[in-house]
Parts: sequence; structure tokens; C-alpha cells
Amino acid sequence: MLEVKGLKVNYGGIKALDGVSFKVEQGQIVTLIGANGAGKSTALRAISGLVPVQGGSVIFMGEDITGKDTQKIVEKGIAMVPEGRRVFPNLTVLENLKIGAYLRNDNDGILQSTQYVYDMFPRLKERLWQMAGTLSGGEQQMLAVGRALMARPKLMMMDEPSLGLAPLVVRDIFAIIRRVAQEGITVLLIEQNANAALRAAQYGYVLEVGHVVLEGTGEELLANPQVRDAYLGQGKKRH
Amino acid sequence: MQEFITANLPYLLGGISVGGQYALIAVGYTMVYGILRLINFAHGDIFTVAGFFMVYLNATMPVAVSLPLTILLIIALGFSVERVAYKPLRNAPRMSVMISAIGVSYLLQNLMWYVTGGLAKQYPTIPWISSSITIYTATTKMVTLVTPILTIVLVALLVQLINHTKIGMAMRAVSKDFETARLMGIKIDRVISATFIIGSALAGIGSILYFSNYTAVTPTAGAMPGLKAFVAAVFGGIGSIPGAVIGAFIIGISENIIKAVGLTTFSDAFTFALLIVVLIFKPTGLFGEAVNEKV
Repeated sequence: MLEVKGLKVNYGGIKALDGVSFKVEQGQIVTLIGANGAGKSTALRAISGLVPVQGGSVIFMGEDITGKDTQKIVEKGIAMVPEGRRVFPNLTVLENLKIGAYLRNDNDGILQSTQYVYDMFPRLKERLWQMAGTLSGGEQQMLAVGRALMARPKLMMMDEPSLGLAPLVVRDIFAIIRRVAQEGITVLLIEQNANAALRAAQYGYVLEVGHVVLEGTGEELLANPQVRDAYLGQGKKRH
Repeated sequence: MQEFITANLPYLLGGISVGGQYALIAVGYTMVYGILRLINFAHGDIFTVAGFFMVYLNATMPVAVSLPLTILLIIALGFSVERVAYKPLRNAPRMSVMISAIGVSYLLQNLMWYVTGGLAKQYPTIPWISSSITIYTATTKMVTLVTPILTIVLVALLVQLINHTKIGMAMRAVSKDFETARLMGIKIDRVISATFIIGSALAGIGSILYFSNYTAVTPTAGAMPGLKAFVAAVFGGIGSIPGAVIGAFIIGISENIIKAVGLTTFSDAFTFALLIVVLIFKPTGLFGEAVNEKV
């Protein structure tokens, strides 16, 4: 569904991505894991057209979308749940959902989508008229996912959805990610919480300073000693 | 009592009217700031240019044509200024955009000097709004009465637009977070253009109302009202539309009260003294929110 080939991105002279390649198959949850600064967020931002790409290509559903306008990419069916949730604090919960459907003009369809989001997140329905800035972190994350769903995406990219949330809420968030995938939406997930991400994902890639260094199914990576050592905090203790 | 009213009513009416005119300019300052975090220094000059558009257009056309054409042309000017001088600097440091705005301001002023030869141009008499009217004991121009009403109607419409339409929602979103707004599929440049179009249209209307109180326009005639409108926007809390409008009325009325008590010389000084006091005691203004620097 999504194929990234040899993607290169420079940030102020620094090679944030130096030829990254990975694939996301339809209907799967695919995760990119890696340390801070490995280039995970940059990869998502490059796919969305938020940062200019210096080389390589992004193919989505057989179409080259490299370097296209963000608006065009959203139109093609790629939605993003950005890092830190980034709900619009000065808009109500309902408006945040509506703005997720900004490019759609089918009012009936939009109404159905809001209904669908309410069913998924009853908590949001109770808070429709509240300013999004007043929601808790977990609720904001639900709203950010709901807002992305409003675009009726084929692929949902999520950037660190569990960051800064309490452990109990993190569990809810991963339940939501699985639920989104069950609805037939392909998920590309970036996480520092590698353990939870690999458990949820069918396939994963390990990024290190701008390169993919390892790939495999979630289970394979969970069992891989290198991964366990570097990312899961379960490696053998060194003396 | 009768005497007191007779003596002071004209000043009060004048204050409300000029307050409305400041408000129409101030809204443009505050909206652009709300979205771009930019003080659009050229805004006051746009206001003055609108005065000259009216002068030159009205020389050859009936008011029914020159009036709407002035507003259309000033919208086109505001739109073009943004596209030419600000849009290319979208990712530049904010200071660069501000310097560009100062440049545009001087460019417009010098163009006005060049075209007019520095001479004051007689401002046309606009039928109906220039005609006299007597309210209680005060005789004034119709425009005195029209300005506050029109201002309030226009601002109410604008607030409706911002709170209840799709483009208004996009404006509020863009004012908080450019990047996430783009991820929603919003075209940032369009939203910014819409902001400049609205701001320029209101400044154009304000210009017509303001100058119809005067006999002539000069290239610097808009500098003082432009500056006062800016003070009004800061006083009300820059970024806030109701703040700018209330600030403008307060400044307009206060200025005229000062004139009424015989301190005309100090009326301009009052506005700027007010600015200093506000900046010391409430830097965010009456309705401003604490500004989080955008990362």
C-alpha cells in the first residue's frame, strides 16, 4: 500500500534520513521503532509533505506522491495523528472533529463519520462543546485519532501516540490502535514504547541514525536479542 | 444641565464616530497578528491609499461606482502586498517579515508622494453620509451616526464568520498551529489571503468614513489614525477582535473628552500614554491571552 524507497531528508545540513526504505502492507499495523533522533518522525513528516525530500520516493497505492502538497496527500487518504496530539485547543471537540473532515463536502457522510467516532469514543460525545484544550491527555489523544478518522483515511500514521500518557491510558491507546486496524484502516505507527508497539504490530522496522538496520514481524523483533538489548530494556545486564 | 449637554454632546458623538473608524482599521491589525504574529505596518498606509483611490476614481465616476470600486481596489492591494512581500518570507524569521512590512509602508507612502506631488487632494463629498443632521442640540454629519452602527454590524458579521463558517474555523485553527492545520488539508496561504482581504476591506470602509469628515487627503493623513488603531488593537489585546473594537471606541471617546475639557493639545499624547500604561500593567491588553511563542 505504501512503499518508501531510499528516502533522504536533510535538516539544516544534517542527514535526518539517509536512504530509508520500508513497506506498509494493506490492513496491517506496521511500526517504526528506534531511539530519539533516529529519524522516525522525519519519515512521517516527509511522507505527509511537511518537510522537503532530497531523494528517494514515496509510492502510495501505486502512485508517486513524493514531494506533493500536504493537502494533496491528505486527499489521497493519508491522515496523521501528530506527535503531542496537537488538537486545536481553541476549538471545541466537535469543531476539532469537523476540521478533520475539512476536505470533504458530503455533509451526510460527515455526520455519519462523527457518529462513528462517537461510537468509538463515547467520552468525546460527552464533551462535544468543551474546548479541546480543557481535555485530559488521554482524551486529547482520542480526539486526535477521531479527528484523523474524520478524513476517512486509508492509511493512518501515528507519531508517538503514547508519549507523556499514564501507563493505564497507554493501554487504552493501544486498544484504540488495534481497533482502528480492525476497521480496515492501515496503520503506520511510530513509538518509543517499542515493546507495546511490536506487540500490536504485524511488522516492524528498526531505525538507527537515518537508516533501517533491522526488520521483521513483530514477534521476530520482540525475540531478537539486539532489539531486546537496545530497545526493550530486557537485555542481559552488563557488568 | 442643558448647557452641559449642549457643550459636550458634539464631542461625545465625534468620539464614538472616530472610535468606530479606528475600530475598522484595528480589526485588520489584530486579525493579521492573530494568524501571522506580524504587525502589518503597511496597514495604515493601505488606509490612506484607499483615500486617494476615492479621490481619483470619484473625479471621473459617479459615487455609486467609485465607492465600491475603491473597496475592491484596496482589497486587491492588501491581497497583493501579502503575496509579494510576506508570503515569500513564510519560513523566514519573524523579524524579516516585519522589516518587509516596514518597507511596504514606506513604498506606499512614497508612491503617494510621487503621484500626488505632495499636494493635499480634496476629498469628494459623498451624498447622504456627508449631509448634515441635528441630534438633540448637536449638528453633525450623517457619517457620525452611520459609523458606529456600520462598525458594529460589520464586526458582528465578522465574528459570525469566524465562529460559524468553515473558513472561520480554518482561521482559528491556523492561528494556533500552522502545521497541524496543513495536516487537516487546509491551505494556509488561502486562509492568510482571506485574512488580508477582510482586513483591507474594513480599512477601506473605515477610510471612506474617516476622510468624509475631512476636506482633503495627504500622503500622511492616515498615519495618525493608523497608529491609533494599532494602539487600540494592543490596548484591547492584540489578536482579539472584540478587544480591538472596544479598545478603539475607548480611545476615540477618551480623545474627544480630553478635547471637550479644553486639553486638545494633549489628546494625541493621551493615546500613547495609555499605550505605555497598558504595556506596563497589562502587557497582554484587555482581552489578550498570554502568547505562547510558536515553536
